[in-house]
Amino acid sequence: MLKDITIGQFFPGDTIVHKLDPRVKILITFVFIISLFFINKFYPYIFILGFILTAIKLSQVPFKYVLKGLKPLRFILIITFVINVFMTKGVVLFNIGPLEVTKEGLNQAVFMALRLIFLIMGTSLLTLTTSPISLTDGIEKLLNPLKVIGLPAHELAMMMTIALRFIPTLLEETDKIMKAQMARGADFESGNILNRAKNLVPLLVPLFVNSFRRADELAMAMEARCYRGGEHRTRLNEIKIERIDYIAMIIMTIFFGFLISTRYI
Amino acid sequence: MSNEMINIENATYKYSTIDEQGFIALKDVNLTVNRGEFLVVLGHNGSGKSTLAKLMNALLLPTSGNVYVKGMDTKNEEKLWDIRQSAGMVFQNPDNQLVATIVEEDVAFGPENQGIAPKEIRQRVDQALEAVEMSKYKKHAPHLLSGGQKQRIAIAGVLAMNPDCIILDEPTAMLDPIGRKEVMDTIKKLNKEQNKTIVHITHYMEEAVEADRIVVMEKGQIIIEGTPREVFSKVKEMKEIGLDVPQVTELAYELRKEGIEIPGDILTIEELVMAL
Repeated sequence: MLKDITIGQFFPGDTIVHKLDPRVKILITFVFIISLFFINKFYPYIFILGFILTAIKLSQVPFKYVLKGLKPLRFILIITFVINVFMTKGVVLFNIGPLEVTKEGLNQAVFMALRLIFLIMGTSLLTLTTSPISLTDGIEKLLNPLKVIGLPAHELAMMMTIALRFIPTLLEETDKIMKAQMARGADFESGNILNRAKNLVPLLVPLFVNSFRRADELAMAMEARCYRGGEHRTRLNEIKIERIDYIAMIIMTIFFGFLISTRYI
Repeated sequence: MSNEMINIENATYKYSTIDEQGFIALKDVNLTVNRGEFLVVLGHNGSGKSTLAKLMNALLLPTSGNVYVKGMDTKNEEKLWDIRQSAGMVFQNPDNQLVATIVEEDVAFGPENQGIAPKEIRQRVDQALEAVEMSKYKKHAPHLLSGGQKQRIAIAGVLAMNPDCIILDEPTAMLDPIGRKEVMDTIKKLNKEQNKTIVHITHYMEEAVEADRIVVMEKGQIIIEGTPREVFSKVKEMKEIGLDVPQVTELAYELRKEGIEIPGDILTIEELVMAL
């Protein structure tokens, strides 16, 4: 059952969006987020919506996949909306009990909700179209210049790779331990939250112990295969920036430059 | 070129324990592994065979004595990476030695660490996967493969570093019979076709039958050494230290005890049938 969980929810494909250099995609997403927060009017959102829809269309990712990303965050969306509706002062439209609904509040609430929705859709589009490996590769390359100030870029990327590699293994192990403990009468499913948390102890202890043992063995195996950190290391698949990446960057710079400038017009 | 691949001279290894005494895992071991040889190390848990393996590629350094790989002293830190490249190592648990999320990326891990050009890495990865017959799985995620397949990927990962010698530390211990056969066939093939020196550590007697030479370890020392025929004919000694001999050999031994005239060094069913 735990095996079904997929991390990073990558949707494989062979489209322009998939083929873009991961660095370019990360940067575009970054600028996309920034411009979302710069925009303070409604009409630039039409362009943002257009941008997201075009990107989804180009990537051939089913629309419902992108919407799925919104589901776990629906409560945050609702809370943001409600707080904004009731807490903003201004011209009162009508009352619900002691609470006032203002015109500005309604405006602000819709605005914030849209901002969050676009934010989630945009970022999940990044993880949907970029495989975990190229994502970590991209992050490593992007963080590389920060090595000068002592940021361990390669080590961070290596940690992410190993984490991704071991998530299914550890899930499988959790499943196994759970069944073993259930066979001995452990109860993971009844009682209140506090009791359930307490009952997880016989699951977590062996899981932790095993993880440390795994880490130890993996470290030894990596050393045996000549691992000595990021220096002098080459890659099987080097990522490189192609013409299409340059074109995408130029178009996106103009596009988001325009959107950000709407704040000051 | 010298005929010696690995040379262990009077090696002792002591693990430090909480009390000051320490635990002696290896005591004055002398062993030479020849180029192209298929050596099997047999022994119980705790007999020191894994420690011996780790000495062979400088994962551990002997407390006293010396270990040479292709003439390079494992204590010499400058040669460390050459030693690890020459003597690749495969471990027991297939899950805990795969690093990447895609098979070919994992096989590439070794050569990537060595700083080899991407084009050549590609070539080596393809060849290594071909050698272990896993080419069609190269885009798979390792956690979806069977134990035997994972272990073959691990072997490919070592092979891609182009070693002269492969040390396998109980690679079959966690596998089912099918996986075990797959791995053993791969190892034998590498020994025969690519002339790789193999040091295979195991406690399955059946896997030792086809070796060139067997070393039996007990309490940190080598107690019996010889060809499979020589070693397994010592049924009584083997039983005394709690090790088995292949079933057929034992049957022949029991038959001899009952007074039937057959040679004492029978290893396969065919040989027994012929002798009878």
